[in-house]
Amino acid sequence: MTTPRKQIRLAAHFPGVNNTTVWSDPASRSQIDFSSFVHLARTAERGGFDFFFLAEGLRLREHQGRIHDLDVVGRPDTLAVLAGLAAVTRHLGLAGTLSATYNEPYELARQLASLDHLSDGRAAWNVVTTSDAFTGENFRRGGYLDHADRYERAAAFVRAARGWWDSWSADALAGGRDRPTFVNEGGVRRFAQTDRFFAVEGESTVPRSPQGHPVVIQAGDSVQGRDFAAANADVIFSRHGGLEQGRDFYADVKGRLGGYGRSPEDLLIMPAATFVVAGTAAEAEERARHIRYQQVSGQTAIRSLEQVWGRDLSAYDPDGPLPDVEPDPGNTAISQGRAGRVKDPLAQVRAWRELAEAKKLSIRDLVVETTARQTFVGTPDGVAAQLDEHVQTKACDGFVLVPHLTPGGLDDFVDLVVPLLRERGVLRTEYTGATLRENLGLPAPR
Amino acid sequence: MSDAPQPLRIGAAIDGAGAHPAAWRVARAEPAELFTAGHYAELAREAERGALDFVTLDDSLALQDDTGQTVRGRLDALLTLTRIAPETTTVGLVPTVTTTHTEPFHVSKAVATLDHVSLGRAGWRVQVSTTEAESRHFGRRPVAERPRLWTEAAAVADVVGRLWDSWEDDAEIRDTATGRFVDTDRLHYVDFSGPGWSVRGPSITPRPPQGHPLVVVRADSEEAESAAAAVADVVLVAPTEHGAATALRARIRAAAERAGRDPAHVSVLADLRVLLAEDTATAFNRRDRLDSLAAPPVREAGLRFTGTPHDLAARILDWTGAVDGFTLYPAVLPDDLSAFVDGVVPLLRQAGALRPGSPTATLRGRFGLPRAGNRYARA
Ligand SMILES: Cc1cc2nc3c(=O)[nH]c(=O)nc-3n(C[C@H](O)[C@H](O)[C@H](O)COP(=O)(O)O)c2cc1C
Repeated sequence: MTTPRKQIRLAAHFPGVNNTTVWSDPASRSQIDFSSFVHLARTAERGGFDFFFLAEGLRLREHQGRIHDLDVVGRPDTLAVLAGLAAVTRHLGLAGTLSATYNEPYELARQLASLDHLSDGRAAWNVVTTSDAFTGENFRRGGYLDHADRYERAAAFVRAARGWWDSWSADALAGGRDRPTFVNEGGVRRFAQTDRFFAVEGESTVPRSPQGHPVVIQAGDSVQGRDFAAANADVIFSRHGGLEQGRDFYADVKGRLGGYGRSPEDLLIMPAATFVVAGTAAEAEERARHIRYQQVSGQTAIRSLEQVWGRDLSAYDPDGPLPDVEPDPGNTAISQGRAGRVKDPLAQVRAWRELAEAKKLSIRDLVVETTARQTFVGTPDGVAAQLDEHVQTKACDGFVLVPHLTPGGLDDFVDLVVPLLRERGVLRTEYTGATLRENLGLPAPR
Repeated sequence: MSDAPQPLRIGAAIDGAGAHPAAWRVARAEPAELFTAGHYAELAREAERGALDFVTLDDSLALQDDTGQTVRGRLDALLTLTRIAPETTTVGLVPTVTTTHTEPFHVSKAVATLDHVSLGRAGWRVQVSTTEAESRHFGRRPVAERPRLWTEAAAVADVVGRLWDSWEDDAEIRDTATGRFVDTDRLHYVDFSGPGWSVRGPSITPRPPQGHPLVVVRADSEEAESAAAAVADVVLVAPTEHGAATALRARIRAAAERAGRDPAHVSVLADLRVLLAEDTATAFNRRDRLDSLAAPPVREAGLRFTGTPHDLAARILDWTGAVDGFTLYPAVLPDDLSAFVDGVVPLLRQAGALRPGSPTATLRGRFGLPRAGNRYARA
């Protein structure tokens, strides 16, 4: 008897507002029309994906004090567009990235519980901890949160949200309309929480939702981030898509769960992954290279370097050698509104110079080489085998696939790779759970 | 504006089991169904079948008082109406959205997104949070007095509109020659200062299809009425008499004009609570039964009608000219909404009181409003 193979978890990332998304391709369509969201979500559902995923950025990115204009810009309200998608899908989870900094627990808990009802149990929340004052300028409280406090606030926030999700008993409305009272005796409890961040109290307006608690996702890489996930999350969205790094990250994070009274299966690890498939391996490589150069135009390459150099490099030729000037490590604010920053610009520049020297790379070549390489490139069979290997060898539990085209970027994957994953017995042919939580094989909320 | 009578604009409130406090005891839907998308989709489609102009869904950040007998609990109204937008095609969708404890930036993009998803059928009813309970849910600020709340709500409505305009319609250029996706000259910081807060902008969400989704305010206090005159496209009122309604409408339009707005672009709609049956006696029997199930006793503001579709149509036609239309509050859902659609709409249509032909594509269009201009666009 063979043990069943571990199932691959898949999520579909709507193409983001960064240069991974290629808008200059003739096949690129609107990133705001609802029809684009419908196309991608339905494609993912056809492919048996676990959930659809939206990132978040609450201020348009800027570069050198001007709105960054080279990449796709503009996105809808996360919760609202997910609510709309609940109408055009039936099984697909609907995951939104929503900041614990620029929201308040009562309101966000209520919105997520509402989405869970409106989707019959498919809501998921990626808790992020943006704390930059730049984004804060769009909000009442401004940039009030210290970076060091970001996860403490997030943990207190999630605790409060769970308090309200638990505040209606599951049978509060049982008994139907012949009872004298609408809510059964004791059906709604008050919830109160007071700590360093919140002094909140009261009753939720939303009856207990189908999942009890929407699925909680975490994306963030620091030690605090990993501990936060081990304590609070059902899924981690990570940056560690490679086999080796993936295994290290997987072992690290799964190792933390015991400390929080949880088992390794209670937290799924899903790195971001990009992909290119074509009929032959050589064709796939050629397509991947073409896409990388679409993603990194000459101007994009210069701006990528400027983020590390902290200087205006517009006088340099993207097809020429790396700038000879030294970086200005103090000027990290040259680019605003991005997740993640270069920690040691001087070391980065040194490493890049060596690489460029050794491989004879121009500025654009270097940026392509170091930032744009796709995670999986190959024939459908080759890509299916690689995905499977990652999951079977504990590099991850699945992937958040990031297509480079809106809205058709997942079509090839679903048409060509998904059938092979199904043949391998590692991807569902139909949804068996009633909720996202069940489809992910996650335990009921504690 | 011409003197020809404008068609009546009619919307329906689709809250819970109906407007009567005891509606849930007799409604077809079980209590738990009031928290499902299907319930609201069905009601909105029923409104659409009657070619009604819009549906409203109320909201509050506090749980209804525990009177024992009334419906408690509600889902977020904006998300609920966005959820049913793809399942409807013509009816306007107007959720209540509160402004006191929420973020103007989030409100702006949420309403804009309802407009994107519904292809131009969004509105929002601007509301304030006056209760201690709501204040404690957030723990950020004490309860404020009504005048302050409505001054702030008008400021929120203002900045929400500015954020809609912060993207010009043609900001997205996709210019492959220069490599630019957007023209930054057509994206605008709003740099808005409200009472105690500010918003930088631009929005992260491109301008909604209508330019400005419809702004609705219920003028149920002096302060709300001034805010309505300043910002509302549609003002909801609850007069009980024809004369009072006429005077109220004139007052609101005059205040809008003083605020520098075109009074012809402000519609005043009266609440109309309806309970219908084939004959008057049956209607009153239904009313009595519902009232007997309700405790505490029912107190309802505004026009209230119990009777036959024929008599209701006559009553509505009597009011033509006093107000621009009505917001229906069906006593029991879907019963009284269906009775209105089947029995009253055809009579109003025959009388020429409704807009002839097929409905216009946008909610603004239904109110005779042009697509909104953009305050930031250069001529
Ligand atoms: C894969 C991944 C995706 C992320 N996506 C977002 C996002 O969409 N919006 C956002 O504000 N932050 C996003 N973040 C940022 C994190 O939430 C977090 O703020 C940041 O990584 C800093 O936390 P850390 O120090 O733990 O890494 C993302 C992080 C990762 C690793």
